[in-house]
Amino acid sequence: MSAQAKQENYLNAKHTVASWLFSLDHKRIALLYLLTILLFFVLGGIAAMLFRVELLTPGPAVMESETYNRLFTMHGITMIFFFLIPSIPAVLGNFLLPIMLGAKDLAFPRLNLASWYVFTFGGLLGLGAIIFGGVDTGWTFYTPYSSTYANSQVILAALGIFIAGFASIMTGLNFIVTIHKMRAPGLTWFRLPLFVWSHYATSIIIILGTPVVAITILLVAIERIFEVGIFDPALGGDPVLFQHLFWFYSHPAVYIMILPGMGVISEIIACFSRKRIFGYPVVALSSLAIAILGFFVWGHHMFVSSQSMYAGMIFSILSFLVAIPSAIKVFNWVATMYGGSVKLDTPMLYALGFLGLFIIGGLTGLFLATMAVNVHVHDTYFVVAHFHYVMVGGMVMAFFGGLHFWWPKITGKLFPELLGRITVVIIFIGFNLTFFPQFIVGYLGMPRRYHIYPEEFQFLHVLSTAGASVLAIGYMLMAVYLLYSLVLGPKASRNPWKAAGLEWTTPSPPPTHNFSEPPVVKFEAYAYDEEEVYQDDAEPGDKGHG
Amino acid sequence: MSEHGQPHIAPLKTYLNVFAALMALTVLTVGVAYFDLGAMNILVAVTIACIKAYIVILYFMHVKYSARIIWLTAAAGFIWFVLMFALTLADYATRGWLPFPEAW
Amino acid sequence: MADGQAHTPNLAHHFDSMDQQRESSSLGMWLFLAQEVMFFGGLFVAYGVYRFKYQEAFAVASNHLSVAWGAFNTVVLICSSLTMALAVRAAQLGDKKRIIRYLVATILLASLFLGVKGIEYTEKYHDQLVPGPTFQYEPDFDQYAVPVTAETAHPNFAGHVHLFYSFYFVMTGMHALHMVIGIGLMIWLIVKAQRDRFSREYYAPVEMTGLYWHFVDIVWIFLFPLVYLVWRH
Ligand SMILES: [Cu+2]
Repeated sequence: MSAQAKQENYLNAKHTVASWLFSLDHKRIALLYLLTILLFFVLGGIAAMLFRVELLTPGPAVMESETYNRLFTMHGITMIFFFLIPSIPAVLGNFLLPIMLGAKDLAFPRLNLASWYVFTFGGLLGLGAIIFGGVDTGWTFYTPYSSTYANSQVILAALGIFIAGFASIMTGLNFIVTIHKMRAPGLTWFRLPLFVWSHYATSIIIILGTPVVAITILLVAIERIFEVGIFDPALGGDPVLFQHLFWFYSHPAVYIMILPGMGVISEIIACFSRKRIFGYPVVALSSLAIAILGFFVWGHHMFVSSQSMYAGMIFSILSFLVAIPSAIKVFNWVATMYGGSVKLDTPMLYALGFLGLFIIGGLTGLFLATMAVNVHVHDTYFVVAHFHYVMVGGMVMAFFGGLHFWWPKITGKLFPELLGRITVVIIFIGFNLTFFPQFIVGYLGMPRRYHIYPEEFQFLHVLSTAGASVLAIGYMLMAVYLLYSLVLGPKASRNPWKAAGLEWTTPSPPPTHNFSEPPVVKFEAYAYDEEEVYQDDAEPGDKGHG
Repeated sequence: MSEHGQPHIAPLKTYLNVFAALMALTVLTVGVAYFDLGAMNILVAVTIACIKAYIVILYFMHVKYSARIIWLTAAAGFIWFVLMFALTLADYATRGWLPFPEAW
Repeated sequence: MADGQAHTPNLAHHFDSMDQQRESSSLGMWLFLAQEVMFFGGLFVAYGVYRFKYQEAFAVASNHLSVAWGAFNTVVLICSSLTMALAVRAAQLGDKKRIIRYLVATILLASLFLGVKGIEYTEKYHDQLVPGPTFQYEPDFDQYAVPVTAETAHPNFAGHVHLFYSFYFVMTGMHALHMVIGIGLMIWLIVKAQRDRFSREYYAPVEMTGLYWHFVDIVWIFLFPLVYLVWRH
């Protein structure tokens, strides 16, 4: 036992900078990704704080309209393309997927490392666009403004997104092959953790959707560089065609962002309810249903464009259908908790926060899928609030929930549980204070992307900015105690949460090749009625959570 | 795993037959373009192209001798493309159906 | 059960067997190709929409392309697909000499295709049909086989022709770019083959490049009738 304390793991195997930058170990690459995306999260967050300050007053306060446009574009581009899309897959997925499958690594380790370089390069180009004058098109790059009129760094930003898209394709491709070909003996499809299922579904969307936005964004760049006029109305080009192609990816991209989060939530809820996820096969297949159905609803972003009303009706109906598999997941999570011995540790608090916020985000999505309602709230703060409830309330909560859940596994250290719980509460309050008023102000008619507004909206905007500050304090508190735990936190045992899953059968942090012996799987996922599944061989003196 | 063993090696004749078929279809697609078939021209052209692509995928790309998952992956790309095309065109084809008032 | 297998230098440490490794790379390649289908798919959808909207102008613009060159290139590309398939077959049989011979043939055919493409592009350049600020097109309605007259034509007829050529250059250019990448891959394969890196057990790079090359062929199989053969009767 005491020999285990000095055991070699992936963190202490080698110490040189090159051993990190050229590592083919999926766990190290995951950490490289983590650092990179956190950088973008901070940048996007700073942009948001700046324009929230501007929005405190109805008139122009601290910046010009042009600056404001550039800030909300920077916020959107960095948060969506450079933070949310890679967040869970490239960090937690990269780290955990091979371990959950009992494999030594992903199928293509070099491709995995290449994806990080490609992503970083694309991200730096995006950053370059921001530094050299900014982009003011909004993250959606709508034509013909982006292709003809905008006099900002559209080409640079477009190329950055184009390139980063290939990083995400590489990750998705790697995941699908790994899940198909590298499962441990005994690990049948319906024994896979739901985290793996949701990443499988996500990867399908990435493979089939990302290339479409890549070519679309590339067309915008080509149109600007060579002045060829692909979406240019002067030549008979149709700007709405851009919207079709853009949303063909960018609606499913919502599921690239939320599905991995749903996978994390399934793991957490099973562990802290001490139960198998209720209706496991249905939850697994609902991920695939979301991935497939999600592709055919994109027109709901175009109800007030010149899209035909008949196409709009089809897209509206299809959009309602996606709610079914999403609701299946929510009902099954709640049914899992029912009668379980629920423990409210930090990750579980994040999962509960996710549930509440995702339900609000999802249901308001149905309002927006209704054509008649959409016409009234289209492009208002109602939409802004809706997708922040899904993206931040859903995905970011799931990301940090997952980060806390697997923190002992990834770093080998325990974080201070009490501070963790306090932070969840701060984040939850801050989030709702920021975005709930936006539902109201949007419903009252405040359009998005304006910084000058009628005085009667000021109260709601002040609430929103106040909430954003609380949210920022929550995130900073989290950064402080996580960094503290890295240095001074107590050592984590192999399985501090007493969770089921292959990743908890290997030491914390795991050795370079993940397992000392190739694992053989004998149980279903989440077999919390089998005691040997969730044992922890903590050394005396090690303090688990409890 | 090992029951898959060595991959199938197709005889030379198969490749030559496929090549001949592709050539014949190329001649056919050029020839048929010079006949006025009305709206059918485009349908015929696309059908011939699909047949050509299908035999390339089946024989040159060995999908005929590959696992089901390969078959499924190849099909997924094409099915998704068709669905993207169909739903986009559903918009453009029906735009004129609802007459707009000339003046308000 | 994989433990008993002899360790071969071409087996990466994280795989258990050559079979597992081969199946993984083949599935990975097919996923990449599915991704490529959607990448070109976006272009084809955009082209399809405009062709549907502006049928007359697209027919007229397409009639300016040379069917002879297009058909010739189609034949060249199908030949290169055959030689590529034979190169993969030679790899399966472990025949190093034939691998190299067929790859060289494929590269030559590919270069021929690109040369012809160059001739076509130059012609369009002289006719000022390259899209962009230098694009010049005056409709001459008496000349067209397409039933369109100055009275019935859309007022923005020349603009629609411009659109067609934007797509012609972007689509064939993207296709040509893929061919250049393919030629690069084949040169790399020849070097590897020369160094005896391939065997009956390990020839995945040849096989994967073959798949890629056939995909490039398939793109052209669709591009040719859709771009060159509009309204030829
Ligand atoms: Cu949507």
